[in-house]
Amino acid sequence: MGNIFIILVSTIFINNYVFARFLGICPFLGVSSKMDTATGMGVAVTFVTTLASVVTFIIQKYILDIFEIQYLQTIVFILVIASLVQFVEMAIKKMSPTLYNALGVYLPLITTNCIVLGVAILNIQEGYNLIETIASSVGASLGFFLALVLMAGLREKLELADIPEALKGFPITLIATGLMSIAFAGFAGLV
Amino acid sequence: MKTSNILKNGLINENAIFVQLIGMCSVLAVSTTAINSIAMGISVIAVLTCSNIFISLLRKVIPDEIRIPVFVIIIATFVTIVDMFLNAYAPDIYSALGIFIPLIVVNCLILARAEAFAYTNGVVASAIDGIGMGLGYTFAITILGIVREILGSGSVFGISLFPESFQPAGIFVAAPGAFILLGILIGIFRTILKKTQAATN
Repeated sequence: MGNIFIILVSTIFINNYVFARFLGICPFLGVSSKMDTATGMGVAVTFVTTLASVVTFIIQKYILDIFEIQYLQTIVFILVIASLVQFVEMAIKKMSPTLYNALGVYLPLITTNCIVLGVAILNIQEGYNLIETIASSVGASLGFFLALVLMAGLREKLELADIPEALKGFPITLIATGLMSIAFAGFAGLV
Repeated sequence: MKTSNILKNGLINENAIFVQLIGMCSVLAVSTTAINSIAMGISVIAVLTCSNIFISLLRKVIPDEIRIPVFVIIIATFVTIVDMFLNAYAPDIYSALGIFIPLIVVNCLILARAEAFAYTNGVVASAIDGIGMGLGYTFAITILGIVREILGSGSVFGISLFPESFQPAGIFVAAPGAFILLGILIGIFRTILKKTQAATN
């Protein structure tokens, strides 16, 4: 149990995937300008990442390892993620139109979110078991969610600020991200 | 479009990092030293050029509805080749780049070029576009790598620049420095681009 807690704290705060590991920067910069889109994207990513990690874990253990074809990892994982995203999109559309309206536009974007593939590969590299895999992917996506929501709150204020012409938009967002990353570095040594 | 135009487009006018702001994850993560940056740049050029050529060759055969999965498989194949090649011939660089080699698959830059250029243009033009866009990426990541290495470790390409009493600012090789420096570099690039465009007009 303690182990799971350590993995959660470490992936959410200490090794936050956005601020410390640089994964998922594109969607982070793309959808963090408004609070409600940030929340939608965060929920969608949490869902897909967890599901994808479990499926890729099973595939790695029972197909790739057994047939000793680990070199196909990249191709197989990205295929699994792409089809999973497609499948989740269809399932949500059928089962809950309200949820689909809220998350629908973000789902196709998730295929190219490097957090999903990154977490899947890192879990295998770290040699986690199934429970630890779930903990680490939930932690990773909650960390992403947290970063997204924090940034959205900041950017809504940034729009009103007086910023030099050349730094308007993305450059100032990156600099603000850097400052937040310094704050997150303060969590180092927590575990 | 002329060859020089396509190249210039990729390198400057539509520079993936400084102007289009796509494919940033690997740029931020790998640019801790100039050598790593160049290695990453070359890997991206290789994957981008090969996948552009291949997708352009197959563009009449690929059904429109499933083109994205097909693109992804083609890209993943070339990424696997690069991954195995680096593992065999450059193990140091392989371990330094780490997870960001397989993650070239989900680099939006490569998928974006496949969708926006290779799928609608001829083989030669696509190859040149791949090289141009890849060079633009390499240009951006190398500049960031050089600046970070000078400020953060006091050296360039592993050669020490300052006397021993110099204290490098470690924050620039850590995560926060990458974000802040890239933000500033984009600002500088934008200003220069705007000035030169105003001058030519």
